[in-house]
Amino acid sequence: MSELASIAGHKGLQFDEPLLFEMDCPGRCGVDIEQPEAHASRLGGLARKGAIGLARVSEPQVVRHFTRLSQQNFSIDSGFYPLGSCTMKHNPRLNEKMARLPGFADLHPLQPIATVQGALELMDTLAHWLKTLTGMPAVAMSPGAGAHGELCGLMAMRACLEARGDPREVILVPESAHGTNPATAAFCGFSVHAIPADTRGRLDMAALKAALGPKVAGLMITNPNTCGLFENDLAEASRLVHEAGGLVYCDGANFNAIVGRVRPGDLGVDAMHINLHKTFSTPHGGGGPGSGTVVLSEALAPYAPVPYVVHGKDGFDLVEGIGAESGESFGRIKGFHGQMGMFVRALAYMMSHGADGLWQVSGDAVLNANYLLARLKDVLSPAYDGPCMHECVFDDDFLKGTGITTLDFVKALIDQGYHAPTIYFPLIVHGAMLMEPTESESKETLDEYVAVVRDLAGRATAGEAEAFRQAPVHTPRRRMDETAAARKPVLTWSPEPPATRAAE
Amino acid sequence: MRYLPGTEADRRAMLAAIGVDSIEALYKDVPEVARRAGPIEGLPMHQGELAVERALVAMARKNLDGGSAKGFFVGAGSYRHHVPASVDQLIQRGEFLTAYTPYQPEVSQGTLQVLFEFQTMVAALTGMEVANASMYDGATAATEAVLMAKRLTRRSKAVLAGGLHPHYADAIRTYARFNAIEIDAATLQPAGAPDLTALAAQVDDRTACVVVQTPDLFGRLLDITDLAARCHEQGALLVAVFTEAVSLGAVTPPGAMGADIVVGEGQSIGVPMGFGGPHVGLFATRSKFVRQMPGRLCGQAVDEDGRRGFVLTLAAREQHIRRDKATSNICTNSGLCALAFTIHLSLLGEDGLKQLAAVNHARACTAADRLAKVPGVQVLNDTFFNEFTLKLPKPAAPIVDALAADGILAGVPLARLLPGQPELADLLLVAATEINTRDEIETLATALEGALS
Repeated sequence: MSELASIAGHKGLQFDEPLLFEMDCPGRCGVDIEQPEAHASRLGGLARKGAIGLARVSEPQVVRHFTRLSQQNFSIDSGFYPLGSCTMKHNPRLNEKMARLPGFADLHPLQPIATVQGALELMDTLAHWLKTLTGMPAVAMSPGAGAHGELCGLMAMRACLEARGDPREVILVPESAHGTNPATAAFCGFSVHAIPADTRGRLDMAALKAALGPKVAGLMITNPNTCGLFENDLAEASRLVHEAGGLVYCDGANFNAIVGRVRPGDLGVDAMHINLHKTFSTPHGGGGPGSGTVVLSEALAPYAPVPYVVHGKDGFDLVEGIGAESGESFGRIKGFHGQMGMFVRALAYMMSHGADGLWQVSGDAVLNANYLLARLKDVLSPAYDGPCMHECVFDDDFLKGTGITTLDFVKALIDQGYHAPTIYFPLIVHGAMLMEPTESESKETLDEYVAVVRDLAGRATAGEAEAFRQAPVHTPRRRMDETAAARKPVLTWSPEPPATRAAE
Repeated sequence: MRYLPGTEADRRAMLAAIGVDSIEALYKDVPEVARRAGPIEGLPMHQGELAVERALVAMARKNLDGGSAKGFFVGAGSYRHHVPASVDQLIQRGEFLTAYTPYQPEVSQGTLQVLFEFQTMVAALTGMEVANASMYDGATAATEAVLMAKRLTRRSKAVLAGGLHPHYADAIRTYARFNAIEIDAATLQPAGAPDLTALAAQVDDRTACVVVQTPDLFGRLLDITDLAARCHEQGALLVAVFTEAVSLGAVTPPGAMGADIVVGEGQSIGVPMGFGGPHVGLFATRSKFVRQMPGRLCGQAVDEDGRRGFVLTLAAREQHIRRDKATSNICTNSGLCALAFTIHLSLLGEDGLKQLAAVNHARACTAADRLAKVPGVQVLNDTFFNEFTLKLPKPAAPIVDALAADGILAGVPLARLLPGQPELADLLLVAATEINTRDEIETLATALEGALS
């Protein structure tokens, strides 16, 4: 049992925070709202009856509650976050300040076009940056996140193939792809055919050639891929897919490794989403919001979703509806015009770095990842030879015979003050541990991290298995019983004892 | 380059440790033909904070923001409300703002507890049993509800009510096209009470769900109890949609009227309009359907020491486990907007939300009564919450543009949402919330009278 296990309330700076609903006190309220003027109700007999079930608390209680909860989070502002598969880099506060300018934040999406010219100019400017950086002629701005961008790209592909009178059913997805890729393909009505990775952790070209045929709508590939490697045959793969009548979707979630240095358009890609929140530094916010803008090739540009910005005779205009004006657009995929708040942040970041800075950003991200790989390869077991791109992957060979799992190992890292790397992903690497340092970490931070990882690796092989299994202990909570939580899910609070409120 | 800590000396030392002589050498796997010798041309070089700020402020100033308008009455899916100062201060705490998706529960209890509180609040508001931890926005939540109904019923027809927001209907149509779902859309009927009997008659044994919005596009409140019963008789599900979350503080929630899935937009509570995004999609349903839900779910758990904590749960529905068999491809949701929603709703609480909703309704009643006195103007609604439809004696779009030139944002001409329907040209959708003073309502009425004369 942990030395901290006896803390029920709080001691020093260790906080336990009740649920808001457990603080409910009749008569308290955190806002002062005026009395409604007298009027006859027009609710048509549908006035709400009875209590809603919300807690009654004061403003100071709310401020303290959420402040204390925030202190139970690890964040990029508080420490090094060497996550793989999703970039956790510095989030400049200038971006936050700009996104909150009333001229962007306090705008309604349906205001008259003449009153939002600056907003449309910003969208157009961001589109110009994205098209230039990727060498692609068109961009769809509306997708709400990376996976939504994937859907957008595949819908454009499907619409294009249907317009050619050549509807095809199969999307080829390499095993090293993100889990969203096959899910997206299925959601777009395609069936998924998996292509294995070769021994170099890259697309197996022989398997690709064998799979191509008249039913194949396209290839959906991640580049740089989830093993942190550049798909060096992508240009050739694109040529083969196009020759076979298909199209190429590239998951651009890892664009931060090559931004400013490699244009995906030069590799024959037809559609690629760019996670603005990763490459261009919008904070992750504990799980969103993101923005998954999608760049499109000549072939797919006509099918882009509405709405989109156009240059009109009186400045910028917006094509919103589906009809004659929008041509062959495949339709609409989101309520309004896209994640404007993310657009502002992304553009602020791009302008701050400029073309020269973005060149340095990707270079430093790749340098840092290769430095980690070089400094750790003798104590951990790298899954592939270098160089890697922005992230490096290790397998669990170094833990063989120790009785310690990859999970135990990264939980021990948490006790040392680091966020755990992504583990058991990519799926094709046994016991994978994926680390991405990003460009915003200093050499000193990486050196300290390397020292800690080397020390832990030494202790793992020295037989300290039990200590690893206990980790973490210096955290607000220790390991959770996730199996029990899934078996009898409790998804909402209610005053009854937990046993009676399990779902199902 | 202020965001980059690496110095030239650091870089040289690191390259030496790796055993290469340049960063470019690390890009050897990129084919020569695709590699750039230097930064991509056609873009400006880096700039300092002051220069970037100046450029973006200049763009922002070209817009007429809500606070600078002489009157603001624009709704139709996004609403201008007052957000208490604490909300934005708290969401900007770095520990919330810069945290990742809570996959490591031991160091993410803050975000996880917020999501659990969020789910509890959404379920309470909608009158349902479970809610997920947010979706991108109301429109995409509606598309996911239709796909979920298809999975649950194994049927592939969706009936869309005429009062469903056209953007929501369009998004559903788009997803339907790629998922072999047939759409049966009811006819538009802006005036009078909506004909739910006719809608119910469209439900048959091939129907997976009916999608109905209340308050609807025109602002009308609908009693969907009988419609729900008809759906259930036919083995179909009722999906209820709302675009104004504050309305749930005043009206009977869809869950209490028999809806099976309730989805909507949560932007009204805690989230700025932001020109349409990011917003926060709300999604709630009954416990028995939980395993077919899309998106993230936070569940209560205990740790090794028996203490209550929270985890992401039921991941077997999700893309990273189930791949092409997942209930949805969603992974990133609207976590930070869900936090803003939760904080704002915590401040409001039971009494504050009811009071806020009552003020909204009262203000809209005042506005409707005043605008009905403008010669030639008619209020089409019998019922509404904080938004209603006006019939003008002239096309609405040019009137709205003329008023905007004078700094008044009068509402949404329905022709903008439903282009190509000349019978809607004279209709104007007007929203009033707690931000609208009586003076602003008077300003709008006077300006409208001037523009129509």
